[in-house]
Amino acid sequence: MSALIRGTIFVLDDNIDTDQIIPAEYLTLVPSRSDEYRKLGSYALAGLPERYGRFIAPGEMTTLYPIIVAGENFGCGSSREHAPIALGAAGVKAVVAQSYARIFFRNCAATGELYPWESQNRLCDEFKTGQEVSLDFAHNQLVNHTLNQVYELKPLGEVGPVIDAGGLFAYARQTGMISRS
Amino acid sequence: MGMTLTEKILARAAGRSVVEPGENIWVEVDLLMTHDVCGPGTIGVFKREFGANAKVWDPEKIVLIPDHYIFTADERANRNVDILREFAQEQGIKYFYDITDRGNFKANPDYKGVCHIALAQEGHTRPGEVLFGTDSHTCNAGAFGQFATGIGNTDAGFIMGTGKLLIKVPATMRFVLNGKMPDYLLAKDLILQIIGDIGVAGATYRTMEFAGETIEQLTMEERMTLCNMAIEAGGKNGVVAPDATTFEYVRARTSKPFEAVYTDADAQFYSDRCYDVSELEPVVAKPHSPDNRALARECQDVKVDRVYIGSCTGGKTEDFIHAARILKGRRVKVPTYLVPATQKVYEDLFTQKYDGQTLSEIFLGAGCIEPAAPSCAACLGGPKDTFGRMNEPEVCVSTTNRNFPGRMGEKTAQIYLASPCTAAASALTGYITDPREYLA
Repeated sequence: MSALIRGTIFVLDDNIDTDQIIPAEYLTLVPSRSDEYRKLGSYALAGLPERYGRFIAPGEMTTLYPIIVAGENFGCGSSREHAPIALGAAGVKAVVAQSYARIFFRNCAATGELYPWESQNRLCDEFKTGQEVSLDFAHNQLVNHTLNQVYELKPLGEVGPVIDAGGLFAYARQTGMISRS
Repeated sequence: MGMTLTEKILARAAGRSVVEPGENIWVEVDLLMTHDVCGPGTIGVFKREFGANAKVWDPEKIVLIPDHYIFTADERANRNVDILREFAQEQGIKYFYDITDRGNFKANPDYKGVCHIALAQEGHTRPGEVLFGTDSHTCNAGAFGQFATGIGNTDAGFIMGTGKLLIKVPATMRFVLNGKMPDYLLAKDLILQIIGDIGVAGATYRTMEFAGETIEQLTMEERMTLCNMAIEAGGKNGVVAPDATTFEYVRARTSKPFEAVYTDADAQFYSDRCYDVSELEPVVAKPHSPDNRALARECQDVKVDRVYIGSCTGGKTEDFIHAARILKGRRVKVPTYLVPATQKVYEDLFTQKYDGQTLSEIFLGAGCIEPAAPSCAACLGGPKDTFGRMNEPEVCVSTTNRNFPGRMGEKTAQIYLASPCTAAASALTGYITDPREYLA
């Protein structure tokens, strides 16, 4: 785990479902194949309505926004693991949302692709895409450098070490739950 | 203190006498289901983590069902079905419902169609068991008093290798529905009503247990519709207590023994809601969220470009019978797409009769588009050449389950979720229409 992640944010509203995160037409890409994994990343958030602007610039494979700030129920809908994987492959390190859909949250931990932080308060109305923030893992805080404000986050809890390890299998091996071979 | 049905299933699967909501427990898995969209990735995780020569934990407890992107020229989609086939052969997977001749699905007797309905029809949904599937609508099987929920590829890969999964015990929200169902209401109306009340995150991390005299009167297919959409409220699983209706359905399809469990009288619920169904009216979920509920009759000014009847949620035999009740002897005003969930449902359209005519005669007589090959089709958009896919910013009334932006293809398309009765009535007028206008 990095003690600090700094970068520009991409801001979204409530109920960003898995079809908006990775539209179903791209689910033919198999995430366990490295070339298709990268390609999935290039389609991350391709299903968003136009008003949000582009998450990935035309012709690019990855995003300029390593942190997403969102409202409630982020990742609702399908169980497709392609969703956290597409975000991770695009270069997203963390999402800071008010709340998550259950399967998406679980898939973040299982894959170790990104950290699903929960904010204490609603940030998505106040924050704007392109603002500069730091995620402070040691203090459970999000610092918005543009607004010059500090915001409290809920502790990551049990999923933190799983994602630090690189996902469910890596964690299970590290902690002796399954054999190391 | 008593336990709920879900807690009892999970306690048994964990080898314990008691579990409580919030506990993290390891459960033994009775069945793992995956399909062409998530199967190849799951197999990839399994091989990466357990080795190229690893064997699955039990080849009789894995069900592989190609169903999502079947009738498409998309090469990668076709390759993904090939990956399932190779894996099934390599591992000796007992239940693989293959399709090799895409040009004529009827030439593939093993091909079933939409996984959730195929699981039920093939006898894989059994009371008291634990089913995980790499699809969010796996909760469909809760209709049989089974614990069934959706998971990602990594968790599924873990199960493939170990037969176990670490899960959190969900608290149960009970929904008690009483009263006689009016003939214009279907289970789809009930679940859209409930989701409208609690919201798309109203049951996150929790079980939705449906009980009451109305539920006891529902057929298995209607119970499936109800449980299928638990995920649209964020629920981990939906469940109905098994009864004579359940046992009759299951025993006609499998000889495998099972043990039904029931919620104790003194079980604790996270919440308890009661409905008198005789007071409810046909509803729709407006764009772009399944909880954006409105009465169908309040939307009569909404002009409709097409109607879609299909999917695990709304493409079962009874869904088509209900549509036929409305469409018989009348003509649709907008293109009306029919996608039977499974090959069995497809056959039923040509053999089951309503009021003297087969369902397909009724539909073709009404001017509907000929029934398509069974698959998930346009419910989730899919490759551009998918049957019924929304490729224009049009308005669709659909019996499917989800209407977030882009769900059926084009992101500015507007999807109104509705029951088969409301969808059929809307096809007749070209506007969203309360089915009571056609059910005198």
